[in-house]
This record gives sequence, structure tokens and C-alpha cells, in this order.
Amino acid sequence: MRVPVSWLLQHVDLPPGDVPSPEAVGDALIRVGLEVEDVARIPVSVGPLVVGRVRSIEELTEFKKPIRYCRVDVGDDAQRSSTVEVGGEHNEDDGTRGIVCGATNFVEGDLVVVALPGAVLPGAFAIAARTTYGHVSDGMICALDELGLGDDHSGILVLPPGTADPGDDAAVLLGLDDAVLDIAVTPDRGYCLSVRGLARELACALDAVHGDPALLGNDLPAPDGDAWPVRLEPDAQCRRFVARRVTDLDPAAPTPWWMRRRLLLCGIRPISLAVDVTNYVMLELGQPMHAYDASAVRGEVVVRRARADEKITTLDDVQRVLDPDDVLVTDDSGPIGMAGIMGGASTEVAATTGDVLLEAATWDAPSVARAARRHRLPSEAARRFEREVDPAVARAATDRAAWLLATYGGATVAPGVTDEGGVPAPAPVFMALDLPDRVAGRRYERGAVVRRLSQIGCAVEVAGADPGDGGGAGLRATPPTWRPDLTRPADLVEEVLRLEGYDGIPSELPAARPGTGLTLGQRRRRQVSRALADAGYDEVLPSPFVAPSVFDALGLDADDPRRRALRLANPLDAERALMATTLLPGLLDAVVRNASRGLRDLALFQIGQVVRPGAGEPAEAPVLPVDARPDDAAFAEVLAGLPAQPLRVGAVLAGAWDRAGWWGPGRPADWADAIEAARLVGRTYGVELEVSADRHAPWHPGRCAALHLPDGTLVGHAGELHPKVVETLGLPARTCAMELEIDRLPLVEARPSPAVSPFPPVLLDVALVLDAGVPAASVAAALREGGGDLVEDVRLFDVYTGAQVGEGNRSLAFALRLRAPDRTLTLEEASARRDAAVATAAERHGARLR
Amino acid sequence: MSGTNDLYDPKQVAALDPETLDAARADASAAFAGATTLEALTALKPAHLGDRSPVLTARREIGALPPQARSESGKRVNEVRVAIQSAYDERLAVLSAERDERVLAEEAVDVTLPGDRHARGSRHPLTQISERVADIFIGMGYEVAEGPEVESEWLNFDALNFLPDHPARTMQDTFHVEPPAARQVLRTHTSPVQIRTLLERDLPVYVVCPGRTFRTDELDATHTPVFHQVEGLAVDEGITMAHLKGTLDAFAQAMFGAESVTRLRPSYFPFTEPSAEVDVWFPEKRGGAGWVEWGGCGMVDPNVLRACGVDAEKYSGFAFGMGLERTLQFRNGLPDMRDMVEGDVRFTSAFAVEP
Repeated sequence: MRVPVSWLLQHVDLPPGDVPSPEAVGDALIRVGLEVEDVARIPVSVGPLVVGRVRSIEELTEFKKPIRYCRVDVGDDAQRSSTVEVGGEHNEDDGTRGIVCGATNFVEGDLVVVALPGAVLPGAFAIAARTTYGHVSDGMICALDELGLGDDHSGILVLPPGTADPGDDAAVLLGLDDAVLDIAVTPDRGYCLSVRGLARELACALDAVHGDPALLGNDLPAPDGDAWPVRLEPDAQCRRFVARRVTDLDPAAPTPWWMRRRLLLCGIRPISLAVDVTNYVMLELGQPMHAYDASAVRGEVVVRRARADEKITTLDDVQRVLDPDDVLVTDDSGPIGMAGIMGGASTEVAATTGDVLLEAATWDAPSVARAARRHRLPSEAARRFEREVDPAVARAATDRAAWLLATYGGATVAPGVTDEGGVPAPAPVFMALDLPDRVAGRRYERGAVVRRLSQIGCAVEVAGADPGDGGGAGLRATPPTWRPDLTRPADLVEEVLRLEGYDGIPSELPAARPGTGLTLGQRRRRQVSRALADAGYDEVLPSPFVAPSVFDALGLDADDPRRRALRLANPLDAERALMATTLLPGLLDAVVRNASRGLRDLALFQIGQVVRPGAGEPAEAPVLPVDARPDDAAFAEVLAGLPAQPLRVGAVLAGAWDRAGWWGPGRPADWADAIEAARLVGRTYGVELEVSADRHAPWHPGRCAALHLPDGTLVGHAGELHPKVVETLGLPARTCAMELEIDRLPLVEARPSPAVSPFPPVLLDVALVLDAGVPAASVAAALREGGGDLVEDVRLFDVYTGAQVGEGNRSLAFALRLRAPDRTLTLEEASARRDAAVATAAERHGARLR
Repeated sequence: MSGTNDLYDPKQVAALDPETLDAARADASAAFAGATTLEALTALKPAHLGDRSPVLTARREIGALPPQARSESGKRVNEVRVAIQSAYDERLAVLSAERDERVLAEEAVDVTLPGDRHARGSRHPLTQISERVADIFIGMGYEVAEGPEVESEWLNFDALNFLPDHPARTMQDTFHVEPPAARQVLRTHTSPVQIRTLLERDLPVYVVCPGRTFRTDELDATHTPVFHQVEGLAVDEGITMAHLKGTLDAFAQAMFGAESVTRLRPSYFPFTEPSAEVDVWFPEKRGGAGWVEWGGCGMVDPNVLRACGVDAEKYSGFAFGMGLERTLQFRNGLPDMRDMVEGDVRFTSAFAVEP
């Protein structure tokens, strides 16, 4: 909410010599919990700025745009004589000066603001007498924005008649020595969307007396009967509906300058007296109001829920189809207003309206919130109602508005007052006297608690015994009607603490019990991240939002479970409405982006959750209570309704793995690097992942490895991507990738210690010729098994294909390391084991010694 | 060559003649000095120090001298031999040094050639700061709690005292998940982990919850729809707002230096009462020491404790939360939030692997 400082200070009783600066006002409000986003002083105008009266207007028609040459009475001979020589046009006897003006929104006799030569307007806009459009212009008639009052440049500022006399100091009249606070009001403090509420906070912050504008007197006739017949239907949830009628309003009566000024500074454009008054009262008291053209209202006003297919045309000339949850103000003709949101066009106050029905109602907050959201109408009224409006202020608001219309619009206030519904009495809150001390961790002075609660408007009685706290000293605070948020002792505590100042709360550390550090899973996750970074991968954190088309690009089958993705109801980008089921799309996006920026040698990784919904629609969530711990079964059902969100690690590679340089050529990243990254992850968990050939999109069908735990659990895949995928996604040729589900890797807290033999090994090599289709890993496994427990290590050191081993065959050369745990192994024994190993390989895979 | 000579006739032993010996020494010195390579020097050695060299020939003649003359002649021969050997050694040292110097010079390389055959990797700064924060709190006895990113509305809102249709709920700019009946959202904060913690762990709890969170903000220099938070929760007997302040001060000092302090400003969050915004002051702030808005905090609202079945009469607690992107932005001076999500390796690389 934007509000001029001067308006707030008007309602805070401060000694004349002790008025704080705008910045000090801002700081005071921040101290008590208001988010003051800006303290903007009105830009300074320097030099002669005076009120003028337009004596005559000469339309200059020879130009492309309307130009007027005006004679303006600025009431000051002395200034005029100083410029009398310029152009010789000032020697007329009528005491006016000539000013050229491009605006047309004024007539002879109007009061305007004139910047005389020598004045400097905001933005270093220096005014001087000059010749333009064939006339000497001896000053400037000002528009609002030129004076630093907002951004309205639709015409010059015309002051209401009688506001001032020519020659008066306009800077004083306009109240330019002021500042505007911009305050973001938190949702619990609806009352602060008004001068009334903000002034109260300021008074609390400055420890001054608050002058409540709701208590301003008036000389209205005593209420007598109803202003209008009004009936509230029970399901409309209208708490209170107050109406008052004024007649014989002069529709042409201008809004007084002081009111227009305040509206402008609050960011509301003045329109007409009737509308301006309702807005003004809303700003002042926080009560949104509506003015109906009473002559257009037909019969009894009924407040009710909308009927199916009912429609209304609102003030903004939009026809809206209503929802049965909408609350309406209706008459015999149908809806004439959407409760708490916007009035209807059929009863709008027009330029000729002299008979006005004023409404100040208290609407149900959630109901207004729903309707405003449903119709996307976040009006000033709705913003206040959904944060709760003081139900007690409705009557004061209608009276204030009626009085303003009577005073400034010549209206007659009818004696009738309609006041349906009522003001529920706020429930008192019991609080132990020392609760603020216990929450804050310090002792507050005696009396501070009662004083602070009284200051915010609570009626406080010290109660001998607090029923809530076993009989200690307590108090009973009845909150004011504008503080529906104060319902519990904790709410009162906050009021005491914030007004006493958070800076008085000491700083001390609690004695946490000893913790057990990171869990094993958390430690392993960090290790994976470090291991991959150490191996040369850069971590990225791409967005998890993906388009369905990415699954086609990855070449997934129509029934691939990875296509079953969670859909967002309100995505930022309608194209990317799905939550990623795999880390690859994000990682590959990052590859494309880097490549487009000329970075071609890439090794990227990400660790993150993916979302894997189960088959079928998710069940309707059970409703859990909030006033007690939920039932275990119901809570378990809520958790079970969530999609699976396993933790994964993915890595992608493109370009060179080893760089080319002065040492020689580089080596491109290939499928083996991707598989090695996967195995590296496995090893950080203490497992050797088993590699086997697989066909799995988006990988190349001949260069894809599945990675399994020794118990057969699939953990993920690695290898080179399918050339088609590479092409579709615009990836660098031969891009490789791996993705593992970290949650499937075993967490072994205490790994078993190995028995380390001190005896020397026997090293033997074997070269085997086999069918080229036999996986090397299978041959190595056969050698290991055939060789038995003395085989410490089997390592493939050469692969050969060529004429020497025959078409369709290849030779695999393995280094065997054999060792006994308890003795020096003899060559004979080792050779026998090697022969057994070879025999197993021969039996299983047709291997023969080369 | 002569055997032992019993006869006394010095003139017969010409090799022992002092002039002959001096000449041999002079010859050797001149020859060695003239050798310019180690090979040439080695080739000269037999002629001057070998068996047939004048000085060794002379030594053999000593036996032919009468006993009374042997001592003097022996001494003289030996002096000459030592002198020739020294001349040789000196020349050898000089030539060896010259050769060594030449070889080392020849082996010199351009040490400014790059040696980065393989690129070094790096970890994202958000991962690093998230781990750093976790470590700070682990040091204070906390544990790290985690939760899923797709979360139930009950955990993300209801249990945290967000009333239905209350502006506080709509202000969260929530991503909702289809179908609405499932009442699931992308968590808008890490606070649902507080609820999970209170429901699943025994009291007292001291946990810190880092994690990825989501709001419907368009990506720009200061906003991102996918961001990271870290949240702390302590629920124990006798927890006060002073404890909250002390914990935040300790946290700030660990993150921003020993001179850092925090300041609380009253604010509003549905799940805390009283609530506060946290500002931090630290000397190394970009643009000079000063205050920065850091996060939100407060005492756990009794309604939250009640929804978790915690006895609010016996236990109290505090909670606080900060955006990690924002923390990183003002701690490390990152100008643009987009750098954190675009995955440009130049960005990540700059942060290496720590902690």
C-alpha cells in the first residue's frame, strides 16, 4: 500500500517539535514489522511556483497540434516587472502574463499551477521565458507529473474553484514537502491496508497516541429507519451490510484538492466526487465501499449466492459468468454487484447521478478470495476483504462517506441507516503473564506486556489465574475487532515481542544433543559427486521440466514407462509441462547449450531426484486433520499417494576426453568412458557393477551396457547414444551417457576387511581365441571361476582381431595374478590353476589357447 | 727396462734425470690443457700416466739406484706423478662440468607448455554451499533431513498452518500437479521436511534440511522457478527466540566471517509465531560492509506442533530458512541467477570441488 507520510502523521499525536522525518517514519514501521519497500520523497521543485487563474484563451490554429495562448493572472506584479522587457507582450494593463500551453483540458476562469521563469521543476526542468509558436511564453502551466505528483500527463492540473487565489504559493498548496511510503502488507495484517491501521502501528512504534479516524465526528442526522430494504440470505456469508443514502448530490461538484492529492499519492486516479469519496474512505478506514446510483436500483436488495448460469456485467464492462460459489448483491433486476470484488454496470454512478446508495459490507474472507481468484479480479476491495476487514468500521465508513458527499457535493444525507448482520464480539484470550518472557528468552519489564497489548487495541484485564497454564498469573486480553488474527496466546506474545523490539532479544546457543553426522546415504552421495568431479566431470543443475516430445527424441517405445510422467497443472511453459522421469534430457540440453557457446569437450553430471509416477491415476488424497497428529494409516496413505522419486546420477560426454596437445593427439570420449563413469559410481558404494550388453533407448543398440549389482539388480545403463537421438537433439557426434539409480546401490556401513597375503604372486598370461561375439566380461568371469580361489586378479590387456585368428574370431589376452594366502605358490600349482581357468573358458565359450 | 742394479752409477739411469722428469710434467700439462673434449683427454692418459709414460718408466728405474740415492729420486718421481695426475683430474673435472652443462642445456624444455592432458571437473556452487551449510549445523549437533520434491499439499501447506483460501497460500506461487484431487504440489519450500521430521523422529529434534524447491516465477536475473533452500528446525524443551538468534548468529559467522551479526525484523509466516525476517551484516559484502536480507525465521507456531502431535505445552521450537541461490549471490557476488541453471561449464568450473 502506498501512503503519504503526512496523512499518517495526521493521526499520530506528536509534539510539534518532534515530528519524525519520512525516513524515520519508515524505519519505525519496519521496526514493528511492516515491510516498507520504499520511502519516496516528492521530487523537489525550486523557485517560483504559484497559483494562476486563466483569464483568456486564444486558440492558435495554424499548428499541427492544438496550441493555446493564455493570459494568466498570477497575482504578483513584482515578478512580472522583472520580465517585462521580453518581447514587449507583458505591457498590457490587465495584470496577466502570456503563457503558451499545449493542453486543452481547462477553460477560462480555471485555477492552475504556474511555474514562473526561474523555477526548476523535478528532473532539472528549468523554466525560462521564451518565444514559441509566435508568442512569448512567460512561464509554464503545469501537469501533475511535471510537479512530481505521479505520472499523469493527460492534461494540466486544474484546481477546484476556490482552492486558492492567484499568486498563492503552489508548493505549499500542493503539499510538495512530503514523502510516499510503499508498504508490502503481510497477509495477517489486513488492517494495515488503511491509514487507520498504519497510523496505529506508527503510534505504537513511536509510543504516541493514535487518533482513530473512525472516531471522527460528523453532523449527520440521527438514524431513522432503513436507508434501503436489504435482506441477507444465510448462505451468502455476509457478516454485516450497512447502507446509507444521499440525495441531491451535485454530480459536477469537483473533488477537493486535498482529497485528490491523497488519492494521487496513494496511486489511485481521481474520477468523480462520488467515486473518489468511496476510494478515500477505503484508504482512510480500510473499509472498501461501493456507491450505487440509487435511481437504478430496483426494489429490495438481496445478498445471496449466484445461481447456475447467472451473469453480470461489471464496472469494467466485462460480462462474467458466475459460479454458484460467488456471492452477489442483487435487486429485482438480478445481480448488481459481485460481493467484495466489483460493482455492476447497471447501477454504476454516472456523470448525472445525484441519488447515491452507499454500501459498506463485511464479506467472508475465504469466499472473496476464491471469487477473486476464480474471476482473476484482484481488486483493491478484494485484496482487503480476503485479509479481513474490521466489521465494526462499516457504519463509520458509510457515515464518513455520506458526510464527505454532503460537505463537498452539496448532497442531503437521508436519515435512514440500513445495518443488517452484526459485529461478532472477539473472544478473549488468556495468556500466562510470563509467556512472552519464556518465548523470548529474556525478562520484560513489569507492565510492558499489558501496556503493549493495550496499545494495539486489546482490552486487557489481569486475571488471577490462567486456566490454560495451571493457575499462574495470567491476563485476559480481548482483541479489537480489526485484529481477527489474535486468537491464541502465541499471537499475543508476538505483539509484545515485536513492539518491545526484536533487537532486545539476546543471542544464545541452545544445547543440542550430540548428533550422528551425515547418514551413510548422504555421505555416499557426496562421495559420488566428488568422485565424478575428480574424474573430470562438471556438475550442472538443469531444470526438471520437460516437453513430451523429448521422449520421442530419445526414441523411447510407445509403452516405455519413462513416458509416464507427472504433469503440472500450471506450468510456466505449456510445452514443458512434465516432470523429468530421467536426468538425460536436462543433461543433454546442457550439452547442446554449451556446444552452442563453443564449448565442445564436455563431461557433465547431475545428481537429482526424478519423478516416476506409478501406472494409473493417483488416488484422491485422504483429508488429514491439522488439529491433531494424523492417524498413522492415513498419513501412510498420503505418502503412498506420492509418486516414486528415486535419486539418480547421470553423466554425459562429448568431444575429447583426453585433449590433443603438444604431447600428441587427443582421444575422443567414447562408450567405455561412460561405462567407466558408471563403474566409478559403483565403486564409491563399494560394489563392482557387472557390465553386460543391452539394448535400451536412447543408447546405440550395439554400444549400450546394462549395469547390475552382483545380486542381479539393474542399476542403470551406459554407453554411446543412438546416432538418431544424437541427430534429433542436435548433439555432438558420438555423445555418450550414463544414468544410474543411486537408491538401488547398497549402503554398507562397515565393509568387511580383506585378508592380505604377504606371499609372492605368480603372474601368468593367457591369450584365448574365441568367437568375436563372446563378451570379454564373460570370459574373464569364466577364467576367475575356473581358476578358483587362488586367482587374485584377472585383467584383460589386449584384444586382437585379424587374419591370424580367423574370420569372426578375436583373441583376448588376459594377465592372471595367482597367490596363496598361506604359502609361496609354486609355478606348477599356479600353472594347474591357469589350465583349469582356460578349460572353463573353453567349455563355456569355446575358447582355445592361441 | 732394468732390474735391480747393484752398481752405483747414476749416470746410467737417464730416466731419473730431473730435467727429464720436469720435461715429462710440462709435456703432460700442456697435452692435457690442449684436450678440448673428454674423449681427447682420455686418449692422452696412457701417454702421460700409463705404464710406458716417462714418469712410470722413471719410477721403475729407482731400483737401479744406490740405496742412498733412492729416497731422493723416489720423492722426486712421486711429486711429478702426483702433479701429472692432478693436472689430469683438474682437466677432467673441467671437461666433465662443461659436458654436463651442455647436456642439461640441451635437455631444457619450455615449462610454459600446457600440461592439461585431461580436464579437471568441478561441483556446482549450490552443491558446495549446501554441503557447507549442512557441515556447519552438523558441527552444532544437527542432522540433515530430506524429503521429496513432489509433495502432498497437507505437508506443504495444511500442516504448516496455511489456511485454505488464505492469501498466504496463494502468495506462494505454487506449481500444482495433475490431477487436483491428488492434492500434490512441487514443494514451495523445504518446510514440509519439518513436518516429516516431527512426525517421524523422536523429540528433541535438531535438523537442517537443504533441498530443491519450486515457485512459478519466470527465470530472470534475480528469480528462478527452480531454486534451493536450506531450512533449520529445533524442537526441544525450553527453546526460546534467544536460541534462534544465537543459532543464526553462529550460522552467519560460519558463512560470512567472525564479525558477522544478524538482525531480526518482525514479519509473518503462517508456520511461525512470532515470525521475523533475518538480515545479516558482514564486512566482506560487495560494495562494503552492510546489511542484506537473508531469510525468514520464527518460533514454530503452536498449530504446527499440534498438527504433528507435539505437546506444545512441553516443547517449543524455532525454524529458519534461507534461499541458497540468494546467499550465493550476495556472498560470492553472482550477478545473474540464470548462470546457476543454464549449465555452462565455465560457470561451474570456476568453483572447483570444495568443500
